[in-house]
Amino acid sequence: MISETMKKTLFLFVFLYSFLAASAQEGPEMADLMYSNGKIYVVVGVILLIFAGIIAYLVAIDRKVSRVERELKEKQK
Amino acid sequence: MRNWWKILAVALLIYTLVMGLTGKVPALAIVHETIRNLYFHVTMWFGMIILFTIGLVYSIRYLAGMKQEHDIIASEAIFVGTLFGTLGLLTGSLWARYTWGAWWTVDPQLNGALAAMLAYFAYVILRGSMDEEQKRARISAVYNIFAYVMMLIFIIIIPKFTDVDSMHPGKGGNPGFNTYDLDSNMRAVFYPAIIGWTLLGLWMMQLRVRIRRLKASGNI
Repeated sequence: MISETMKKTLFLFVFLYSFLAASAQEGPEMADLMYSNGKIYVVVGVILLIFAGIIAYLVAIDRKVSRVERELKEKQK
Repeated sequence: MRNWWKILAVALLIYTLVMGLTGKVPALAIVHETIRNLYFHVTMWFGMIILFTIGLVYSIRYLAGMKQEHDIIASEAIFVGTLFGTLGLLTGSLWARYTWGAWWTVDPQLNGALAAMLAYFAYVILRGSMDEEQKRARISAVYNIFAYVMMLIFIIIIPKFTDVDSMHPGKGGNPGFNTYDLDSNMRAVFYPAIIGWTLLGLWMMQLRVRIRRLKASGNI
């Protein structure tokens, strides 16, 4: 079963990736963000993806701890 | 929404990463683009000092009331603070290699930071060496007060007033970035970056504290 967080994270990745893929298409040179400034924005994209992964991991741990806290509270009742 | 500060942390850090890499920075000799490390290397030390200060406050509160909760908060604040400090040492070393030309120099700021970290590594080892809970909490709280004072002396006081000039910005004969070339563009990223990284550290600390509380409840 895929949790809500996983779904959201997956969606975010697909969304970001399609954005990167779309901007990498060839053709007449346009005002393309991902090609400008020595392609630094590609590095920004990569770092943001890694950061998103780390944050998703932290959120997952946070939810797991919350769940155990709830379970424990119910058990103590 | 009691987790608003976690969302704020992520928002500030996304801003820091994007603006930190693409924002306007002054063109300076030697450092060139590496001045952007200000948003990542320097903020680690700010976050570390804030976490260690939380550790100090809760160590003192533990000694005042002997509540296990305070020991848990103090030790986890110090754990995450030590992580930040270690990252500060590693990033500083990499930065030094490409601006000063060496991974490490005999410099009061560098050796001071290392000595401060060793004082906190000793805290972690000291805790690990004791099994009895109350004894461990009491001894490590007392030690932590010494470690905090040593940290301030090693990181702030000695590098500032030593005869050997430090090459590190803000120390010895060198002005800090904020006194001469931290322009308003950089400030607009630097301050949010400090808050963002510190909040991320607090989030990591909170998770560790909650897990320790669950363990302490004896049901896991």
